[in-house]
Amino acid sequence: MKKLDSSGALTPHDNQGPTRGRNSGESDMTSLLHPTRRGLLLAGGAGLLTAALPGHVAAQGAPIKIGFQLHRTGIGAAYGRWYERTAQAALKAINDGGGIAGRPVELLFEDDATDPKRGAEVVDKLTQSDGCDVVMGTLFSHVVMGSAPRAGELKVPYLVCSEGYHVASGALNRWTLQPGITDVRSQIQAMAPWVSANLGKKVAMVFPDYAFGYDHRDFFTAAIAAQGGEVVAQIAIPPTETTFTRYFPQIPAGTEVIYHVMVGPAVLTFVKELGEFYGSGAKPQLFGFIDSLEAVDTATPGLEFLEGSHFWEAHPRVKPADAGEHEAAYRAAVGVDDNGASVSDPADVATYSHMFSTWETLFFLKQAMEAAGYTGPADRQKLVEAMEAIGDMPYGIERPQGAKVFNGKTHQVFGTQNISQIQGGKLVRVHQTSMADGAYDDAVDYTTMAF
Amino acid sequence: MAFGPFLLLALMEGLVTSATLALAAAGLSLVFGVMRVVNVAHGEFYMLGAVLAWAVAALVPGPPALAFLAALVVAPLLVGALAAAADGLILKRLNYDPEATIVATIGLLYMIQQATLSLYGPNANPVQAPFDWRIQLPWFGYSGYKLFVILAAGLVLLALWAFMTRTKAGLIMRATQVDRTTARAFGINVDRVYMGTFALGAGLAALAGVLIVPIQQAHYLMGGDPLLLSFIVVIIGGLGSLRGTLIAALVIGLSDGVISMFFTPTLAKILATLLVAMVLVFRPHGLFGAKA
Repeated sequence: MKKLDSSGALTPHDNQGPTRGRNSGESDMTSLLHPTRRGLLLAGGAGLLTAALPGHVAAQGAPIKIGFQLHRTGIGAAYGRWYERTAQAALKAINDGGGIAGRPVELLFEDDATDPKRGAEVVDKLTQSDGCDVVMGTLFSHVVMGSAPRAGELKVPYLVCSEGYHVASGALNRWTLQPGITDVRSQIQAMAPWVSANLGKKVAMVFPDYAFGYDHRDFFTAAIAAQGGEVVAQIAIPPTETTFTRYFPQIPAGTEVIYHVMVGPAVLTFVKELGEFYGSGAKPQLFGFIDSLEAVDTATPGLEFLEGSHFWEAHPRVKPADAGEHEAAYRAAVGVDDNGASVSDPADVATYSHMFSTWETLFFLKQAMEAAGYTGPADRQKLVEAMEAIGDMPYGIERPQGAKVFNGKTHQVFGTQNISQIQGGKLVRVHQTSMADGAYDDAVDYTTMAF
Repeated sequence: MAFGPFLLLALMEGLVTSATLALAAAGLSLVFGVMRVVNVAHGEFYMLGAVLAWAVAALVPGPPALAFLAALVVAPLLVGALAAAADGLILKRLNYDPEATIVATIGLLYMIQQATLSLYGPNANPVQAPFDWRIQLPWFGYSGYKLFVILAAGLVLLALWAFMTRTKAGLIMRATQVDRTTARAFGINVDRVYMGTFALGAGLAALAGVLIVPIQQAHYLMGGDPLLLSFIVVIIGGLGSLRGTLIAALVIGLSDGVISMFFTPTLAKILATLLVAMVLVFRPHGLFGAKA
């Protein structure tokens, strides 16, 4: 039954089909010339759907599409900026070398605003509407936790560059792997003996109040206890906090070492206020994860008190004198000088100890895709199995941070760690751990899980 | 740390929070008092102040103190001008209808925030403090600049109070606040008063942003916290009451400092929100607000 609205035009949901019966040609013309809003939306939606379809089809053919979940905005933006540059440099190196199995490679960056909810949507968009073969690149652990389940549902390989212990702990799924950077549990275990032997045994910990921080809390507390030391205070700080002085009085008197790891846009405030708090008085030794200073110039006014303090670094920001043979080529490709800042702007300091993971993940992906004979999304399961089969990975331009071993059962890669000291305002490497220092028993075997 | 020094540090931190909060909340309260506009974009004016301070510091050569002084003048003026334009282009055209202006200022919030993201970028950038002076107490060190923030905010609030009570412009603003229609009947150009008030309110928030930026860093998302806290302060103090705003800012800032330090910052936020709820139940017009 048709009905006309007051203007004589057809109401939208009746405006369809050839059996228009008693409507005059004139009213048909009116509805065509003055389409209703709903009609326009329907037509537009249909158009978008049609436009999206060839995306799926095209991915079967020419280039391999890699979706990159990027923290371009939000609290992870400094990391996102350098993750994008490093991934672009690796992409160029791979394409210049003939691509993956002879096919060119494309990277599709999508901003997740460092937000877990948006993260899941980004995985969805990159996979479903952009037709990416795999998704990679996530850093912040709360975004990984928010996005990985969606990747598992979509059955798309999801390669994170995050450091969190969430992959190797068994909390995620068969489709999520961390092939580019050692997890925090292994990093801490490798360094705790050095901290206890050289800095002190009574440690107060300051860490972010979420998953990544809890990994630090739990594993460092256990690791230092194994060395005969103890954690005298655990101070959790919300990741969106902007002022820190109020937390420092919780550091007990008699503390020998402050172990600090902070993330987000307020890291500079954190270290400055720590310096103000202790001022020129006696202070404990400081041992920090470089996360507390990533993208921050160590020579910033107000940071003088850091002189002589120690930091963990995955990849030394200031090029060590005995750096590996591929270090210079890697820095040149990404556009980083010997001090770890952008070659075009010395004030733009890199997130050097994390960003290599995107480079190494892309080369890992290339190795696995070529081993699996990957042709398209139908081979995704084969691709994950090929990744799980990878073990030893020697030092080379593919892995500028150093040699690694990938554990297919836990989906986690392991490498060496560095401890650097600030000397004359610059980070100088004073210790390097061995691969064995960071080894621990497997907590999960993903290969036994269903796809 | 012993109880005494611990409390001292808590109070000092609390005073810094109170100082910037009082400035930002005074602006919010002024705008509501005179114009009856709930300005949801107030936090973004605060953020703009910080971001412009960074821009001025980057453009002005010479010692950091000079650049900072320039920022103290330029940033609030620019933000005030933007607010005046927003008033003329948006709020006035909505006839200052309370519901419509809330929606309009929510839109303004997103426009300012996203424009900053596009033009300034997503990074947090530091601004150097005008002087590098650190107090060394026997128990802890403290930033001399933070004490300067307390002093500067106090002076600005004093000037604001003098302006409102001792000048003709202040008298006109108060007259408009009490009765817009009668004020108009007496030949007061209410449109101009509104534009000036909105600019002044935004300028105060921007000034708070400039003062805070050497302590924190300029970041496009930094407007959220001060907005929430300013609303808490203004509701407790009574919308439109400058004295109430100041006292509520002291209560909220100091309790935030002390509770955060002796217990947790989360508990401080919970208690502040609870206080708002209590005030709304038992004294809906606020502690010092006039009865509607």
